[in-house]
Amino acid sequence: MVTMELADMTVALGRRMVVRNVSATLHSGSLVGIIGPNGAGKSTLVRASLGLAPVAEGTIRINGTPVSQMGRQTLARMLAYLPQGQTLHWPLAVERLVALGRLPHLGPLSRIRAQDGGIIEQAMQRADVLHLRNRNAMELSGGERARVLLARALAVGAKGLIADEPLASLDPGHQIDVMTLLAREAHGGALVIAVLHDLTMAARYCDRLLLIDRGRLVADGPPADVLTPERLAGVYGIGAYVRTDGNTPMIVPVERVSAD
Amino acid sequence: MNAPPLPDRRHRWLLPLLILLLATAAAASLALGPVPLPVPRILSALTGHGDRIATAIVVDLRLPRLLVGLLVGAILGLSGAVLQGYLRNPLAEPSVLGASNGAALGAVVAIYFGLAEWNMALLPLMAIACGLVALSMLFVLAGNSGSPLTLILAGIAVSTLAGAGISLALNLSPNPFAAMEITSWLLGSLENRSMRHVWIALPCVLAGTALLLGSGKVLDALSLGEDAAQSLGLDLARARLPILLGTAIGVGGAVAVSGSIGFVGLIVPHLIRPFTDRSPSTLLLPSMIGGAVLLTLADVAVRIIPTQAELKLGVVTAFLGVPVFLLHLMRERRIW
Repeated sequence: MVTMELADMTVALGRRMVVRNVSATLHSGSLVGIIGPNGAGKSTLVRASLGLAPVAEGTIRINGTPVSQMGRQTLARMLAYLPQGQTLHWPLAVERLVALGRLPHLGPLSRIRAQDGGIIEQAMQRADVLHLRNRNAMELSGGERARVLLARALAVGAKGLIADEPLASLDPGHQIDVMTLLAREAHGGALVIAVLHDLTMAARYCDRLLLIDRGRLVADGPPADVLTPERLAGVYGIGAYVRTDGNTPMIVPVERVSAD
Repeated sequence: MNAPPLPDRRHRWLLPLLILLLATAAAASLALGPVPLPVPRILSALTGHGDRIATAIVVDLRLPRLLVGLLVGAILGLSGAVLQGYLRNPLAEPSVLGASNGAALGAVVAIYFGLAEWNMALLPLMAIACGLVALSMLFVLAGNSGSPLTLILAGIAVSTLAGAGISLALNLSPNPFAAMEITSWLLGSLENRSMRHVWIALPCVLAGTALLLGSGKVLDALSLGEDAAQSLGLDLARARLPILLGTAIGVGGAVAVSGSIGFVGLIVPHLIRPFTDRSPSTLLLPSMIGGAVLLTLADVAVRIIPTQAELKLGVVTAFLGVPVFLLHLMRERRIW
């Protein structure tokens, strides 16, 4: 179990306040989507939650312990992170790349052990990349690479997973694959947080959405409550066709309207 | 479930093979030269039962030269592999980045302005200090950009500045052989080395190696970029110091006794990478041994290639280094 508590969190990059007074408590077992326009502060919010950006005010607690008082390695074992536009600098084999997820569990000079091998295997299986294990990770297609990078994050074996735009540049089929995978991890007991741009995907797979606008949390709740036409107009500046029959809304952006 | 093959079980033969190569290169270095010696005479000279001539050649001339070459080659190979991993750039290495020339400037100042006469320890210390300054300048100039172009430009700037400093220092010094000395510091040489040089280089190379060999985990994590590396539990700010110090101390000590020998740290990781799983950590120890092999072989080559004056070691390594740049150029232009 992992519970992440953001209390009145404010993050400044230079002089600019990028995230302002965000409070939310996130529990394991749910897939939480963070949505909002470009530059709203979504990535900064998740980076700060991971201790990668300095928090100006407020605190982040994981299972009651402030992140600022946790060692980096302790935090790394609790929360896995898939950065936006993850790059790979060396042509590693897929299996070797996924194995990097075990680094938080290794001592300074120790090497990967047999039990790590089992966890790596499992992570590759969950992300459906076992058949790619010996391929050069730099030569994969976009969809394959996205799943391999997810497998790397799963190999950490953390109770929490934060994925920043895991759907970027994926075709609809692979988007569904990745969202299904994230939802399965969440419903298997993990806390999964995903920064998303596709509102229909977010609505369909997430249990809860946090809508961020200019650094502020403007809506927090089940997708059907968050994604109303008025909010879409106010935050994204779009007129959208919102179909709400059934439980999950379907959103088709139709026209540009001025925000505010 | 079967135990899955672990990534580092492959390529097990690489290290034994390199050690074998090292032994062969070392034997060749003791045996070959203007006066070729058969193995039995070398062995008896090494064990103290040899004739006077063989003992003079092997123990006083070739052995120190071999040992200095091994130490210098090892630290150049290792620091090349570490810098490439740390900067995520396959063109990084101490001489391209200006660290070698920086250290050479320190050594030149120490020698030609009498500091080394006053206290021998000042020679490696000055080399280390100037190497450190050069590396720090490089990191400031290149910033955090992972771009090869920025890094190479910054490296050229630092390296050229330090090279100009060496020429200036030698021109200013009251030294009739300045021109000759300049080339030997800029191109590197193992000519006429004695055990004194071994004792200067040894502690520096050992300390540098100890600092650098521990960086494997950080380098592996960095292959995913800085954010991912930190989210894997690594403290990058703290990891930078041993890499910076290890390179400066190791390369500083090496350059203080051999001059600035280029490209070893560039060539060796390149040759070795295809025989590893390509992660930076598996490259470290093999690059260290490979560097020692390469430099020893290059030194044998300068001795047996018949030229009027002995070839400078850096000339040979530069000839070997150019193809590596060409290969990158061709890949960049998609000719390869």
